[in-house]
Parts: sequence; C-alpha cells; structure tokens
Amino acid sequence: MRHLMSPLDFSVEELDQLMDLANDIEKNPEKYAHACDGKRLATLFYEPSTRTRLSFEAAMMNLGGTVLGFSSANSSSASKGESVADTIRVVSCFANICAMRHPKEGAPLVASMYSRIPVINAGDGGHQHPTQTLTDLLTIRSLKGRLNNLTIGFCGDLKFGRTVHSLIEALVRYTGIKIVLISPEELRLPDYIRDDVLRANNVPFEEVIKMEDVLPKLDVLYMTRVQKERFFNEDDYIRMKDFYILEQSKMDLASPEMLVLHPLPRVNEISVDVDNDPRAAYFKQVQYGVYARMALILTLLNIKVD
Amino acid sequence: MLNVGRIEEGFVLDHIKAGKAMTIYHDLGLDKLDCTVAIIKNAKSEKMGKKDILKVECSVDKMDLDILGFIDHNITVNVIKDGEITEKKELHLPKQVVDVIKCKNPRCITSIEQGLKHVFILADPEKEVYRCKYCDEKYTGNRNK
Repeated sequence: MRHLMSPLDFSVEELDQLMDLANDIEKNPEKYAHACDGKRLATLFYEPSTRTRLSFEAAMMNLGGTVLGFSSANSSSASKGESVADTIRVVSCFANICAMRHPKEGAPLVASMYSRIPVINAGDGGHQHPTQTLTDLLTIRSLKGRLNNLTIGFCGDLKFGRTVHSLIEALVRYTGIKIVLISPEELRLPDYIRDDVLRANNVPFEEVIKMEDVLPKLDVLYMTRVQKERFFNEDDYIRMKDFYILEQSKMDLASPEMLVLHPLPRVNEISVDVDNDPRAAYFKQVQYGVYARMALILTLLNIKVD
Repeated sequence: MLNVGRIEEGFVLDHIKAGKAMTIYHDLGLDKLDCTVAIIKNAKSEKMGKKDILKVECSVDKMDLDILGFIDHNITVNVIKDGEITEKKELHLPKQVVDVIKCKNPRCITSIEQGLKHVFILADPEKEVYRCKYCDEKYTGNRNK
C-alpha cells in the first residue's frame, strides 16, 4: 500500500505516468466517471482549507466515489484529545482512502504508519503540500508541453512559501531548468534550499529584487502571496505585501508564451486586469488540480481503467 | 596515578571526550544494569590531553552501539574476553536514532502526539546532518557536548 507524503515520493517516471493519466482524464472524463463507484474518500481537515478540500471532494465525485470527513479540528475528535494514530485507525474502517490536512508537521506521516488505507498529505503546516506540487507540474507540462528546458521565475514570499520550496525540489530533477528568484531581501529563499537543492544539483539560478528586469526571459512566472500570518510585526507585513504587483503593463514586458501561475488564494499581487490575458493560467491550474488529484486517487487505489 | 583493575569479561570504551563519561553511562542504560562499571574521568591521553574511560563487566551485545556512534563515533570499543582485548569495534553514524534526542520544532507532530517515538534520520552522512523523520527539522544540538 502506498501513501503520498512528499512530491519526491514519486520518481520522475512515476510522475510522468500519473500526469499521462491526468491528461487522459482531462480528455475523456466520461471514461473515468464510475472508476471509483462504491469507494469512499475521507477528508480529514484539522484546519480550514476550502480550496484543497473541495478539490479532493470534486476529484472523488468525478470518479463516481463518495466523500465523508470533517473540515476543522473543532468538529473532529481531536478536540477531545484523540491522537492522529487513533483517528486514522477508526477512519480506516469507514473509507478506502484518506486526504489529511493538519497544522502539525508530520501528522499525515504518523497517520500513514497506523493506517489500513492510503493516506494523502493534503498539507502539513509549513512542511509539505505534495498535491499542490503535482498540480503545478501538471499545469506546466500540459500548457508548455514539457518539464525540461524551462526558465522559471518565483516571485514574492520565497522564504515561507512551502509551495515554492516543494516545486523547486521537484523541478531540479528535470534537465535544462533555470531558476530566477524574485523577492525582497527579507523574503529570500532559505539557505538550505539554495545550497542543498539548487547548488547541490548544479541548477543555474539568479536572485533579483526587480521583477521587470527578468520578465522577458521567463517561460513561467510563479507568483505567491505574502502571508500575513508569517509576520510578527504588522508594519513589516504592510511594507512587504505590496512589494510585487503583477499588472498588465508588466505583462507587456514578458514573452507572449510566458505562463503565470499562482497557488491561490490571491490578494492583490496579481492585478485583476491580468485575468483576461491568455497567459494567466492560475484558474486553469485549479482545474488541473482536480485532474491531478483524480489521477492520484486512482493510482493509490490501484484502479486501472481501460 | 590511580589504578583500576582490569576486567575479565566485558568491554572498555576508550577515548571518550573528557567529562562525557556520565552522559554515556546514562545514554547506554548502564545505570539500569546489574554489573560492575568503572568510570574513569580525566585520564591522561597523548592523543586527547585528557579523556574518560568506561570499563563495563557485561556483554557488549547488550549495548545499543548506535547511540554511541551518534554521540561520538571516535570512541574506541574494546571487547574483552579472558582479560584480553579480542575485538575492537568500529563505530559508525547510525542511519537513524530513536528516542535519543527530541525534536524541538514546536510545529512538529511529536510535540502533541502521545506515545510517538522521536526518530531522527541521517540525511547527510558527509556533513553529519540528522533530520526529524516527521517534520525534517535539522538537529542543531551538539551531539558530543
């Protein structure tokens, strides 16, 4: 039985197979409409995350399966002090597969150690969020046609943004990747990612403060939100939150082929006037997130559809 | 010079960093065993200036040498039979250590989950980096204080 804790749990070949499956689901959704008939997904969300939970639920329903679960720790036995180990033992009796989001890092891994059903990490604190990385990879591969020979810019909060860290870790496994890091000094990528991931894999990268300087050379621009909850000081947050705003005038500097991605939710870092630009791919990304989760559910449940 | 008699059966831990013997005594669980233990502190050493030595009269097989390797893999383990050294065991950095050190990341599941073992995995043998199995937090403490 397999679980998914980190995007690196899958080899590049396995990821390719999963993305091929996701693309086939995209093209032939009716073929998969009953693939999970009689199967149940448990969504154990110890902290609110409407987007990810709905994406998982939509994925299971699209496959003909059903869903049960909770969407905050208050409505679960965790509020009575039940351990993760006990919760998953109980849920294993109710469902065939489980997606867990938990504020504590490593909680889904603990669940997987005691589970009789596959466990998917749907986000554990600031640690991992593998299905977002699968979504990002699938979006890039589907819209650019490849995951190698790309120059990818990451912009905004590169210090705390776990989606950025995970995507960089996943991308360095492909050839010809160049990374451009766009952030204010205070929100630079942590040293351990720069040294242990980028330098250790000989991936060329540059760090800049001004977005305009690098936009023309990017194949993909991955925007992130500056998260208020990461700051101890309100003044620092206010100073940082408007540091980068992607507007149409900046888009005019970029290549006509460049994709704009964002893990969402967006606040003001992408101006709404960019939404109609054909290069704005962040809502398509949400749709690819459903296909990625459908493919993942089928893979972990070992369900083949001919 | 203080003399401590030789042991017939057991093992000697030599080249322990001076002042560390009692920590190792506890970490190896020697306080829980009913056997003779000689703790020699601040013995003269050509190599180290001064060092600690532990002489233990029980089988080395009862010991978790992984813990010793984690604390200091430069410690020499001499196995004694019939009063003679019959084997020198090499220590290595263990691939993982269980319930030896605790994860200090307040966001880690180990901070709330009852009965969960604290497990650290050797992530980088070259740099001797251990990371928490659950949250990947790097162990930043000094293993051989």
